[in-house]
Amino acid sequence: MKATVSFVLNGKPVTVESPRDRMLVWALRDELGLTGTKVGCEAGLCGACTVLVDGEAMPSCSTALGEVAGKSVLTIEGLAVEGKLNPVQEAFKEHHAFQCGYCTSGMIMAAWAFLKKKPKATRSEIVEAMEGNLCRCGAHVRILDAVESAGKAMGGAR
Amino acid sequence: MRRRDFLESVAAGTLTFFFTTPLGSAPIIPTRPGAYPEDFNAYLKIAADGRVTCMVGKVELGQGAMTVLAMLVAEELELDPAKVDMVLGDTDLCPWDMPTGGSLTMWHTAPVLRGAAAEARAVLLRMASRAMGAPVSDLVLKDGAIWMKSAPTRRTTFGELVQGRKLERHLGKVKPKPLADCTVIGRRVPRKDALAKVTGAAKYAGDLRLPGTLHACILRPPAQGQTLVSADTSAAERVPGVRIVRDGSLLAVLHPQPDTARKALALVKGTFEGPEPDVDDARIYQYLVDKAAPGQRVVISRGDVAVGEKRAATVVEAEYRNAYESHATLEPHVSVAQWEGGRMTVWSSTQSPFVFRDAVAEALKLPGDKVHVIAQFVGGGFGGKLAGPDAVEAARIARQVPGVPIQVAWNREEDFFLDGYRPAAVVKLRSGLDAGRGAITFWDSTVAGVSQGEAELAYEMQTSRYQAPTVSSLHPLKVGAWRAPNAHTNAFARESQLDALAAKAGLDPVTLRRRLITDARLLNLLDLAVETFGWEPAPGPTGRGIGLACGAWRQGLVVAIAQVSVDKATGAVKTERFLEAVDVGLVVNPDGARQQVEGAITQCIGQALSEEIRFKGGRILDKNFDTYLLPRFSAIPRIQVVFADTGTSVTQGIGEPPVVPVAAALANAVFDATGARVTHVPFTPKRVLEALKQVPAK
Repeated sequence: MKATVSFVLNGKPVTVESPRDRMLVWALRDELGLTGTKVGCEAGLCGACTVLVDGEAMPSCSTALGEVAGKSVLTIEGLAVEGKLNPVQEAFKEHHAFQCGYCTSGMIMAAWAFLKKKPKATRSEIVEAMEGNLCRCGAHVRILDAVESAGKAMGGAR
Repeated sequence: MRRRDFLESVAAGTLTFFFTTPLGSAPIIPTRPGAYPEDFNAYLKIAADGRVTCMVGKVELGQGAMTVLAMLVAEELELDPAKVDMVLGDTDLCPWDMPTGGSLTMWHTAPVLRGAAAEARAVLLRMASRAMGAPVSDLVLKDGAIWMKSAPTRRTTFGELVQGRKLERHLGKVKPKPLADCTVIGRRVPRKDALAKVTGAAKYAGDLRLPGTLHACILRPPAQGQTLVSADTSAAERVPGVRIVRDGSLLAVLHPQPDTARKALALVKGTFEGPEPDVDDARIYQYLVDKAAPGQRVVISRGDVAVGEKRAATVVEAEYRNAYESHATLEPHVSVAQWEGGRMTVWSSTQSPFVFRDAVAEALKLPGDKVHVIAQFVGGGFGGKLAGPDAVEAARIARQVPGVPIQVAWNREEDFFLDGYRPAAVVKLRSGLDAGRGAITFWDSTVAGVSQGEAELAYEMQTSRYQAPTVSSLHPLKVGAWRAPNAHTNAFARESQLDALAAKAGLDPVTLRRRLITDARLLNLLDLAVETFGWEPAPGPTGRGIGLACGAWRQGLVVAIAQVSVDKATGAVKTERFLEAVDVGLVVNPDGARQQVEGAITQCIGQALSEEIRFKGGRILDKNFDTYLLPRFSAIPRIQVVFADTGTSVTQGIGEPPVVPVAAALANAVFDATGARVTHVPFTPKRVLEALKQVPAK
């Protein structure tokens, strides 16, 4: 049941030969070699595999390739532009908003999707936006600080 | 022999000539396990371009080993820590070390590494002295070069001095820089792994993309302890590209795509055999008590507790429990193995590269030097990645398909099923206060499920008795070390019991502890915590929802204060504020240490309130994060961390200590909020409601 699925990945058109019901995360990691997107639960419960599909945060472990056909997919590898970190990446780096780093790609992608829409978010709105992403090391407070400061850097100072 | 011992045993007289030998590729391996190499070249390499590489057998789990160890080297060699390249956890390149756990890195390894760097510094200075014709006292290190103070334009670089060769020089007793001269230690330093982790470039074992890799999914029994008898693989074998490998009771489905391998595995029908224990997550506590009873023996005894009990005016008797808890690292276990040229190379998510190496060698009946383990970035450990079953599985399969890299990546269900849990435990305590409410007249403790590790703290007790079982295989499920093993179970019981005694005697819990504490460091730390938090003395329950607990891991001390609110209708506990005052001696990397404390508090909010492995027989009912509940963002309180300024130059590790008192502080806060004593970790809403029912109506 192989099919050809085309989409835009980090700004560039790509085509993968894969069944349409194959989950996006496997195509990203195995076919396209982008291993920054992590596999944590394969059930959309932990957020480690979060990517943006047409600007919306989606768990790539539970998003079929067919669903992204013709759409635009952004992964952690596509955030920095010409070596310049995205404001969320910059804030995570400055705040040391991670420990083991395994949840970090998903955290940054979820935060970016949210802040683009709402840079002036309150702390409780940020908590709500990040609730679907798990961190086991306990970097939560720093992650919230980082998202808050990234929002400010994006012009969302309250 | 430890490096410090070695340095002290060498005659103080120093040699006056230097020579170097070409730096070969052969690693410097200690002659026996447990011995740190005496040659500092085992830890440090200076390349022809002057770049310094540091090799240590520890790994980066997220705890910041990479950064803090580089800081120690940078301190002695007067470098920016960013200029020290770290090679961690490679069994060919790094000297043997203990597992990365038990808060051992800063306690065990750091003094050795700092000593090695100090010796290297002294050797470099002497080489420069000869090369530049200047006395050592006229030389100073800065930015990878050695400069003459009297002729500030004259310098020689590390690279020029060493010329890519090994330093064949040992100078005996070389003291690290005095604390007052340190410029790196105690400073906030950017984490060395930050850029890689925020860009997705950091490579974990599952991210290796070795050409020709086959992904192996292994057939698992439905219950722990069962083994495979037979399997029908015919349906799986019809999937194009599938290959089946069997090695004894190990059956794996191999495929170039991980998801296809997993789907094909679902087509395999296996039959298994093996007894299942007749126990579940409700009956486990009585099971442990009954099984431990015949082997209970006194491990600590001071005075006659029967005599002490007669002197008691206030007596509390209670049973404290905790459930099995999973490590639940966000990165499940994963290893990649390749058998080539008579050697097994294994890339692992590991806390213990050398243990993994030995486990693989033993399983495959290979000499240790035929196995090479390379740690990658590790997506969390917490004691869950010490043993290496995934590495052994990958290696057994790889041995049957020579040359082919085999990846074994457990999925979440396997990770919950195969984890070695924090043991379920029961602590029974009876203890009493004298009429003056200033002394514990007796303390009688019996545990089942864990040991009496860290059960005692520096409290004055007139008589005490601690019993623990000698039965070795007490648990029906696989158990292992979970961050601060034994200590957090015992601290939960001890600190809850003290709180209950204080309440029964009408005493403020801090006042009682002040009367009991026999150690000046702990007393100072208690004062620091109480002052920082703004503790107002009053006997509980006050309704404010504030609870305190103390804990220790070796010489590391912690005082925790929690503030909670309790929804009496639902039993839900919300942590509002959490403070820890921590004394771990010299804090080398203040921000890294703070991260460890913040992380421990956050992680243990889950331990205290929601995390529990449910099981029936050997069947693990929790398979993913929908039922096994880690704390999410909405559960996180305001967190405060303060470090005691002790002036010591000795560093304790910090992975374990801040874990120890968290659950107890929260339980005491629940009592202060409601008058209900929760004695069962995790105190889920259901258990809180049960405890609330026991509160006498006013």
